[in-house]
Amino acid sequence: MIEIESATKVFGTGEAAFRALNAVNVTIAENEFFTLLGPSGCGKTTLLRLIAGFEPPTMGAIKLAGDDITRLRPAERPVNTVFQNYALFPHMSVAGNIAFGLEMLGKPKDEVDSTVAEMLRLVKMEELKDRRTSEISGGQQQRVALARALAPHPKVLLLDEPLSALDLKLRKEMQIELKRLQHETGITFVFVTHDQEEALTMSDRIAVMNGGEILQIGNPKEIYERPSARFVANFIGESNFLDATLKGGQVTLAAGGTFDVSVPDGVADGAVSVLLRPEHVAARAGAAQDGEIAATVDTVVYSGEATTLHLSLPTGEKVKAKIGNAPLGDGSLPKEGDSAALTVATGAITVLRD
Amino acid sequence: MAENSPLKTKARGYSVKTLPGFSVVALFTLVALYAPIVILVVYSFNQGTSLAVWEGFSLRWYQQAAANEAVQDAALRSLILAISAASVATVAATMAALATTRTRHFPGRTMIYALINQPLMVPEIVTAVALLIVFAAIKVWTGHTSMIYLIVAHTAFCVPFAYLPIRARLETMDNSLEAAAQDLYASRWLTFRRVTLPLMWPGIVAGLMLAFVISLDDVVITEFVKSAGQETLPTYMLGQLRRVVTPEVNAISTVILLAGAILVSLFFLLTNRRV
Amino acid sequence: MAETQTYQPGELEAEARAADNRSRWLLSLPAVVIITCAAAGPLLVMVLYSFLTPGDYGNVKWQFSLDGWTNIFVQRDIFDDTLIWADAHLSIFWRSLSLSLITTILTLLFGVPTAWFIATQPANRRQFWLFLVTVPFWTNLLVRTIAIQELIRSEGVINLALMKVGLIDEPIQMMFTDFAIGFGMTYVYLPLMVLPVYASVDKLDFRLVEAAHDLYAGRWTAFRRVILPLIKPGIIAGSILVFIPSLGAYVTPRVLGGGKNLMFGNLIELQFGAGRNWPLGAALSLMLMLAVMVALIWYVRVTSREQADG
Repeated sequence: MIEIESATKVFGTGEAAFRALNAVNVTIAENEFFTLLGPSGCGKTTLLRLIAGFEPPTMGAIKLAGDDITRLRPAERPVNTVFQNYALFPHMSVAGNIAFGLEMLGKPKDEVDSTVAEMLRLVKMEELKDRRTSEISGGQQQRVALARALAPHPKVLLLDEPLSALDLKLRKEMQIELKRLQHETGITFVFVTHDQEEALTMSDRIAVMNGGEILQIGNPKEIYERPSARFVANFIGESNFLDATLKGGQVTLAAGGTFDVSVPDGVADGAVSVLLRPEHVAARAGAAQDGEIAATVDTVVYSGEATTLHLSLPTGEKVKAKIGNAPLGDGSLPKEGDSAALTVATGAITVLRD
Repeated sequence: MAENSPLKTKARGYSVKTLPGFSVVALFTLVALYAPIVILVVYSFNQGTSLAVWEGFSLRWYQQAAANEAVQDAALRSLILAISAASVATVAATMAALATTRTRHFPGRTMIYALINQPLMVPEIVTAVALLIVFAAIKVWTGHTSMIYLIVAHTAFCVPFAYLPIRARLETMDNSLEAAAQDLYASRWLTFRRVTLPLMWPGIVAGLMLAFVISLDDVVITEFVKSAGQETLPTYMLGQLRRVVTPEVNAISTVILLAGAILVSLFFLLTNRRV
Repeated sequence: MAETQTYQPGELEAEARAADNRSRWLLSLPAVVIITCAAAGPLLVMVLYSFLTPGDYGNVKWQFSLDGWTNIFVQRDIFDDTLIWADAHLSIFWRSLSLSLITTILTLLFGVPTAWFIATQPANRRQFWLFLVTVPFWTNLLVRTIAIQELIRSEGVINLALMKVGLIDEPIQMMFTDFAIGFGMTYVYLPLMVLPVYASVDKLDFRLVEAAHDLYAGRWTAFRRVILPLIKPGIIAGSILVFIPSLGAYVTPRVLGGGKNLMFGNLIELQFGAGRNWPLGAALSLMLMLAVMVALIWYVRVTSREQADG
């Protein structure tokens, strides 16, 4: 559907030049919910603006359904955008905003009216159609922005952090709503966010970006469970990084214990860094036995649905273990200062590329 | 009672914003700003010819001014001049504001800025005599002496005034609105017509009114540029001041004051309204 | 993938930038042309005229001469052809400068408390007071000057009132004096002082004033040591806004000063009227412009230094 070929974007010149995108290659499939995830300044919004046509690339090409659209103006691309601040026209009504794109395309009046009605129904805004956009709530503005961008039925919908202005509860609702809309309309969604949870919840595939480059592309499960780089692991979820030695498909942790792992391409036997998610570590009070790792509890943090133990290993490495809370509390959890024995779940260890 | 006074002070509160004597001076100043104008207006309704002795209410001087052909002629010329100069200046200023706001530096921007603001930097009398020199030469050369010189001169000094509110308006405008319009298949022209223009409209109207008031009030440049017989209301009044002054001048002044005050009030409402 | 590259690196950006620059220039063109023709351009022509010879009945003869410039300061005595100081010009420069300074100081004395008063009003009433100050500013300068004239003329309101209460027997001659010019300019330019000072006071963080009071400063000390330095940018801007038009004032001195108490602007006019010395008028105009530029440059340097400090 969309092919981005070695897209590079440099802002400024000479000393002040800033490389916002560095030879990015990515192919987004039809009818896919694709997320660009990364911290601010990673280039994700720049990539979105390149696809929309608001900025020309310094180098590289953008193709849509096989056609090179790099030179087309935004108005010539069958791509619509939901802006971060919604960018609703303040001098038009809700219905007027939704009709705008259709009118610009020169659609006949009755088709405009019927599509607007359909869109209003789709985002459940029929009753507020004559309101000014300044007279509706943030969540409602969000729906209007969506309906406006969907009304011309673009091939691709670009969403630039559209949920960042909403409060937590509304954000959760809209996540599900967006997923439903994508499903119902069958339009390719390219979604930009810095919120890893949002990305995991909604996406078919995620591209994790940093420093103008894509570090990893994969479905949420792959990204979370098998991150290829330390940055990806660190950015998504909580992580423990441990030193280990890789030899013939097995790693031995510096702190003890040998585990079968899948070895990513390009990683040779020798010293490696491995990832262990805190929720994949179990802990009990007492001395370590066979297959367990000895540790000392530094701090115990209770956070409602789970308790996180901050532990020190004999090697001096720090490890977090996140343990789900049982209904009436679990007396077997170690206390601060106790010795603890850690068990690592099968397949929980991921070898990182860097 | 003596023991009550500290309590009273406390109830009023100690404000660091109070400075001794400031309020008195301020209120005196505000009264002083209006007193001469009020006196001028009041005596425009005086029955007698005196500018200081009240002899009863009458509209005599208004009737006399309205019947005076020289006044009619000057008023009409002032109006035509202000309307044409303000309109042309506002169109030029709108275009210039679109070009010079919401952009990173582009080659020549500083020069364009400097040119647009140039009439504000140079004393009016200097511009006036410079125009006298140039227009006198052109008048001799072409033999043409119509109002066009006045219109061109007024347009030039109206541009920076029209530019100010338009630019201020544009700078508060959200750039992503135009991006959204383009994203929704609007051409450049339709983006301007359907989004930019309606949103900057209050600024344009404010600019137009400001330019109109500035043109209507001008004495100095008009005095030096006008050809014989091309009096505007202000130059007519300036000429009258050399003779015996009657409340007729007050009557004309009052009308000008009223027109200006109405326009300024509208301007104030427009620029302070949030959209 | 290299074969899909249909343009040189940076080419699209350069194209977009060029198109943007072009449209910005085209849009600016009408304003640029109008101002060049009817404001900036004539100033250049005036430079040329200042180096020509006066014509017999006004205008100029196309003959190079420096007299326009030297005549600013010296005059050739018509009887014995010696050079003498142009005393009349020097006294007019001095009057312009001192009256402009006095006007600036007077507007400061009245304007600063007024601005302070408005800025310390409750927010909902502030717009109203501000409006009250703005209206006179935009009302006709000539009309406001006429209002002052009617106040201070011999048979004007002030003299009549003073005679009525018996303080004076004869009307005081106020019209056609330097006092009249200074009084009138203070009145017409006062709003130009209030508005920028107001903007400064409005931005003032009153917690700093509270801190001064907390540290045992009295009201007056707090004003002098804390408030005044903080609102200095507004005071400087207001002073410049009053000083510059005062220096180039034409209407107010013409109406209130009469034929004898000339200021710079009236001296310039004289050369194009009865004086019939256009080159001298042009040179005087350029000198006035130069004085204004010096004041403006001083202002820009002071404010940029303030910004660098703050």
